[in-house]
Amino acid sequence: MNIVACVKQVPDTEAQIRVKADGSGIEEGGIKWVMNPYDEYGVEEALRLKEKNGGEVTVISLGPARVMETIRTALAMGADKGIHISDPAFDGADAYTTASALAAALKDLNPDIIFCGQRAIDGDQGQVGAILADLLDIPQVSIITKLDYADGAIKVIRPIEGAQLLIEAKLPCLVTAQKGLNEPRYASLPGIMKAKKKPVDVKDAAALGVTPAANAKVVKFVPPPARAAGKIVCGDDPAAKAKELARLLREEAKVI
Amino acid sequence: MAKGVWIVAEQRDGALRKISFELASTARRLADELGEEVGAVLCGSGIEGIAGQLAKYGVDKVFVADAPELEPYTTDAHSAAVAKIVKENDPSILLLGASTQGRDLSARLVGKLATGMGTDCVGAKIVDGKLLLTRPMYAGKCFGEVAISSFPQMATLRPNVFPAVENPKAGEIVKFDPALDAAKQKTRVLEVQKDASGKVDLTEATIIVSGGRGMKGPENYVIIEELANVLGATVGASRAAVDAGWRPQTDQVGQTGKIVSPNLYVACGISGAIQHLAGMGSSKVIVAINKDAEAPIFARADYGIVDDLFKVVPELTKACKELLA
Ligand SMILES: Cc1cc2nc3c(=O)[nH]c(=O)nc-3n(C[C@H](O)[C@H](O)[C@@H](O)COP(=O)(O)OP(=O)(O)OC[C@H]3O[C@@H](n4cnc5c(N)ncnc54)[C@H](O)[C@@H]3O)c2cc1C
Ligand SMILES: Cc1cc2nc3c(=O)[nH]c(=O)nc-3n(C[C@H](O)[C@H](O)[C@H](O)COP(=O)(O)OP(=O)(O)OC[C@H]3O[C@@H](n4cnc5c(N)ncnc54)[C@H](O)[C@@H]3O)c2cc1C
Repeated sequence: MNIVACVKQVPDTEAQIRVKADGSGIEEGGIKWVMNPYDEYGVEEALRLKEKNGGEVTVISLGPARVMETIRTALAMGADKGIHISDPAFDGADAYTTASALAAALKDLNPDIIFCGQRAIDGDQGQVGAILADLLDIPQVSIITKLDYADGAIKVIRPIEGAQLLIEAKLPCLVTAQKGLNEPRYASLPGIMKAKKKPVDVKDAAALGVTPAANAKVVKFVPPPARAAGKIVCGDDPAAKAKELARLLREEAKVI
Repeated sequence: MAKGVWIVAEQRDGALRKISFELASTARRLADELGEEVGAVLCGSGIEGIAGQLAKYGVDKVFVADAPELEPYTTDAHSAAVAKIVKENDPSILLLGASTQGRDLSARLVGKLATGMGTDCVGAKIVDGKLLLTRPMYAGKCFGEVAISSFPQMATLRPNVFPAVENPKAGEIVKFDPALDAAKQKTRVLEVQKDASGKVDLTEATIIVSGGRGMKGPENYVIIEELANVLGATVGASRAAVDAGWRPQTDQVGQTGKIVSPNLYVACGISGAIQHLAGMGSSKVIVAINKDAEAPIFARADYGIVDDLFKVVPELTKACKELLA
């Protein structure tokens, strides 16, 4: 099987995000970059699929030079080869452009199954997987927590509000991974050594034949609105405090 | 030229979902500023009867595709149907819910319509005749103002943030043929496993009572459930509680769990780690019950009680019961 895992490099979940004074972006200094947590589930599932059914796992990432580190992490987990889409022209690319570049880079590979994360924790959009599937004209199932493969089709579990769906999709197909799908493995030391020798293809916009554009543009970044200081209900008696809180929620906040 | 503010209405089991009215009301507000009409697309099977309800919230024209292939929802069928009618009519704005279904459908539409979108928006207004969106990024650690230079200008709106306002119109219902190509439908829903509890999903709940590691064990959630019952709330949990196996994955609130926006979020025995705040930080009113006065949750809470939750929560249940009686 030709298995692909898309990985995005994102700021660590603990990262403090500071908006530049002119609102043009965020300060990147001091940020620790990691693999998008949802993509870890995708890489893990890709590796398990290969271990059961044979084939090859390709990881792909679009981003600046530092992204190579995240590609190497996936290779150290056990992926076979990498593709790095690197071109300053993709700075500020929107989801459509990102997906167009990924689609162009993956076309010749004829993937049987592509894994994406359900969303990237920086842009927080959850768009790229579905757009990529659309551009490759293959079906996609988003936000899955279980995957079984047999006879050229997958059966997946997809939670929705108040229910779970069991969905069947024929390959080729794209799925987006959610927490609960699996427990991602750590890269082993031998894995890290081996990863250094695995091939990574670097491609730019011209090589892909993609013209970067940004239909959707963040015109201004702003810090989150400040919250007024909260009210601590004081006293020694838990019952009295609870009663006062209930009163405040009803009379002041008017939420119950 | 692109014209009209459109929504994709959402229904489940033949009933319109609340987000549909929130979308309709927002579309009405934007359309009034532009002097344009509000259109809605409604897809499903046997759903014509509910289309009229959208007019009550300001929709001028509902485009209805009623076909057996459109029930239950699949990305393939719904995206094909919506893309077809949108391409034929060229609206300038297209709004969907940032619900599970809306997020799924919208991203596929971005591909089919080759346009740009702002996801999970908490603000939408017209500036110089164009849509300007506000959306949380980096898990709510900053916000972005997003403008879209292609048509339709698409956005998904976070549930429970935009008010549903009645604004009746003499709505018109227009049937359309989704012209679905059976050969192209490559996914099939084999089974729908309904959550038997009938509780409102966290992403749609107006009140949430959550418990974290401070709950000490799964058996203690009964006190959270009792409070939730009195308030008509849904129970949530921190990742620590989920990872410990005390609560199902579907209850997790946070960066790798659900993003919620209730009117009231009660955090019991939750420290307020940055990844938890990422999921509930935009709740309208936040209450923290924690014995540690230094817990970071208090920095975000509107109301707090510093005490043992096992003493406070049952008393709070009692007090609420009396107040609401
Ligand atoms: C702070 C910020 C705000 C932005 N706001 C907008 C906006 O409002 N509208 C807009 O259209 N664009 C926006 N962009 C651009 C957009 O985020 C990125 O171009 C893009 O990667 C798509 O969205 P996302 O990062 O949210 O990814 P998602 O769509 O959330 O990513 C889902 C999955 O797709 C895969 N994936 C995503 N990006 C890559 C990648 N670069 N390489 C490999 N795999 C990938 C991963 O598997 C990921 O888990 C923004 C970018 C940033 C950094
Ligand atoms: C990549 C990544 C993603 C993550 N995603 C999420 C996510 O989506 N959601 C999430 O929640 N976390 C997430 N986390 C985990 C997060 O960092 C915290 O570990 C977690 O939120 C802690 O849960 P907690 O507050 O329940 O537990 P703790 O931090 O252990 O806090 C327990 C609290 O209970 C209080 N307490 C104890 N006993 C009592 C008592 N009797 N009465 C009152 N108070 C009491 C304590 O004072 C303490 O403040 C993520 C972490 C990472 C690295």
